[in-house]
Amino acid sequence: MKKMVVVMMIMMVMVMVSEASMIEQTCKETPDFNLCVSLLDSDPRGSSADTSGLALILVDKIKGLATKTLKEINSLYKKRPELKQALDECSRRYKTILKADVPEAIEAISKGVPKFGEDGVIDAGVEAAVCEGEFKGKSPLTSLTKSMQKVSNVTRAIVRMLL
Amino acid sequence: MASSESLLPVSSQQDPLSGSRCDSIPESRRRRPIKVHLAIYSGFLLIALYVTLVITHGGSAPKNDVNDDTTVESRARLAGVSEKSNDHIWNLSNDLKGEAFAWNNTVLSWQRTAFHFQPEKNWMNDPNGPLFYKGWYHFFYQYNPNAAVWGDIVWGHAVSKDLIHWLYLPFAMVPDQWYDANGVWTGSATFLDDGSIVMLYTGSTDKFVQVQNLAYPEDPKDPLLLKWTKFSGNPVLVPPPGIGAKDFRDPTTAWKTSDGKWRIIIGSKINRTGISLIYDTTDFKTYEKHETLLHQVPNTGMWECVDFYPVSKTKDKGLDTSVNGPDVKHIIKASMDDTRIDHYAIGTYYDSNATWVPDNPSIDVGISTGLRYDYGKFYASKTFYDQHKGRRILWGWIGESDSEAADVQKDWSSVQGIPRTVALDTKTGKNLVQWPVKEIESLRLRSKKFHMKVEPGTVVPVDVGPTAQLDIEAEFKIKKEDLEVVFADDSVEDDKEFSCETSGGATVRGALGPFGFSVLADQSLSEQTQVYFYVTKGKDSKLKTFFCTDTSRSTMANDVVKPVYGSFVPVLKGEKLTMRILVDHSIIEGFGQGGRTCITSRVYPTKAIYGATRLFLFNNANDAAITASFKVWQMNSAFIHPFSADDLGVPSST
Repeated sequence: MKKMVVVMMIMMVMVMVSEASMIEQTCKETPDFNLCVSLLDSDPRGSSADTSGLALILVDKIKGLATKTLKEINSLYKKRPELKQALDECSRRYKTILKADVPEAIEAISKGVPKFGEDGVIDAGVEAAVCEGEFKGKSPLTSLTKSMQKVSNVTRAIVRMLL
Repeated sequence: MASSESLLPVSSQQDPLSGSRCDSIPESRRRRPIKVHLAIYSGFLLIALYVTLVITHGGSAPKNDVNDDTTVESRARLAGVSEKSNDHIWNLSNDLKGEAFAWNNTVLSWQRTAFHFQPEKNWMNDPNGPLFYKGWYHFFYQYNPNAAVWGDIVWGHAVSKDLIHWLYLPFAMVPDQWYDANGVWTGSATFLDDGSIVMLYTGSTDKFVQVQNLAYPEDPKDPLLLKWTKFSGNPVLVPPPGIGAKDFRDPTTAWKTSDGKWRIIIGSKINRTGISLIYDTTDFKTYEKHETLLHQVPNTGMWECVDFYPVSKTKDKGLDTSVNGPDVKHIIKASMDDTRIDHYAIGTYYDSNATWVPDNPSIDVGISTGLRYDYGKFYASKTFYDQHKGRRILWGWIGESDSEAADVQKDWSSVQGIPRTVALDTKTGKNLVQWPVKEIESLRLRSKKFHMKVEPGTVVPVDVGPTAQLDIEAEFKIKKEDLEVVFADDSVEDDKEFSCETSGGATVRGALGPFGFSVLADQSLSEQTQVYFYVTKGKDSKLKTFFCTDTSRSTMANDVVKPVYGSFVPVLKGEKLTMRILVDHSIIEGFGQGGRTCITSRVYPTKAIYGATRLFLFNNANDAAITASFKVWQMNSAFIHPFSADDLGVPSST
């Protein structure tokens, strides 16, 4: 009985190892292997997704990160009223990510015209960088904007695999 | 789970000598566990191996590229090429240098063009099905009715008598069938022998498959071709075996074969090889696919918006798409999905076996050092034969180079280039020449003529009044004595391997260049876009000329792509250096040496706008004075507007 359990575990490990290597193979081709793997591994869809599917998972992460950042921007209006102008610009930029970049990327990747997806994903990183620059070195959002830039770079690399 | 008894090894049952009498059964039962466990163990191992194989194969079918070393390398190489030579793609290091600019409506609304085709608002991309019919030029285009980014695509429609004054019409086609529910995408028109029109276009089906569909005018008597009927038997083509369901789009205009059939090509890819599939038809409803391809080029990726047409070797007029003969070369053009560059090559078409051979395989279609229609921002282009004036016309989609936040704020994105005539350069035989259609001259208002000598290191203001809408035609001569000095002087470095894109732009001075115009500049030149020649002395002491556009100082805003564009331009013995520049707010189109090298750029100044725009002539060469003879016209708006009953009385110009 014990031997049977051991054999079954070996079988499961072999199956899991072969599945995980697909995410690993893909993430090796991106600028941030660890970030890529952690984002995809943590998503239940990751284990059975093809390249398109992996790209869409990451676009979803961009969406979630943008939503989270907008919440943070909104909470900063009260805490740091002197930053209103910068926060306004950040708000506009992050709303663009949610309303323009993400829907464009989802539609383009799903329909097989990935270049428009690449444009949307690149732009998400640009908008985050612009927002960060608004604070002239004293940004309260640095870790969020840097995250967006990193996720954008990784996502872009995967979208380029579809071209 | 099967009981261990059912996995009894055969021998213990069948062997009469193994002691299978009732009284020896307890003994064999004690022996069974070891053999049984071995059997179970190997069974599970086999299942595990099988599952592993299945998953790695099933999962990796679309990702063969990831696992294949050679394709990984070529993708990396392509990415490297992209980052260097196609700065419309952002660099991977995203920290923006310089000042962020808070775009406001005043600055943004200046960007809208006055005489380039663009819809009233929202996103546009590829030109579709351009044609001339019953007195009107028709233009269709990929359009998003809902946003200033790509998506929800329909066919927009506009008409014009002269390719310049456009009138908006209602959408020609929308995604109202299962076979185009996810997008009415790019397509081309063909005129049948009886003068009727068929349109082939790509539909993205309700299941996201790319298919080809047939449509035709609902009422051929309507010169405005307002309504289109989709063939009830659509789709007429689906992705063939071996071709990805999402790698099958943009059918071409058809041409007649010597068999009397119609032939089209559709771009696609197999792994990283760009290909063109051939289909023959007699009725545009059923097709025979050829087993061979018209042409393919490895490592070029997906070929979008393929175009195929004849050009005359001896005359600069256009040719109908079906023309063939000894006096004719054929052009294959494709839009490279990977790099967003439109490449073309000149070659010979053999109708009998449906093949095409490039004149120069080292600059075959899609090769990064090959020929381009335009060395700036220019994609998804498409030609058509204008039977009205006997010319071939080229349309090109000019996207934005700014952030999507700005596009959303200004509520539009993309313009079309000014339609250009395109023909073989009969003097060099090795490249096409393009030129804005003559009808654009109808927009010319007052003009001023200049003749100026400009010493090395000088910038001269050109006083013409407002400078956001201009047509400039210029001729340059390098002072003969200075040229001779440069030739004789061995210490003057041969500009090895000069390239506009990596040169650092117009402020980097050489012996014989750069010199040209600073357009959309403000008085202090804090913002400017330079369109210029750069002449180099080659190893063989021959002059080599480059035509470039430097947008790196076009705006102080830092969320805009600002590359230096350009390329070598052939200059033949006895020719003066000539350039033409069309300036129209946020778009600049430059034509070097009569259209041998063309550069379109998008610029977004924050200061050099409205009344503050200026024009300058500059000579940044170290060792040569130049003489410039040029004419500058103010350009009127084309007043593009929705069609109304008043427009029916519009007379055709010229």
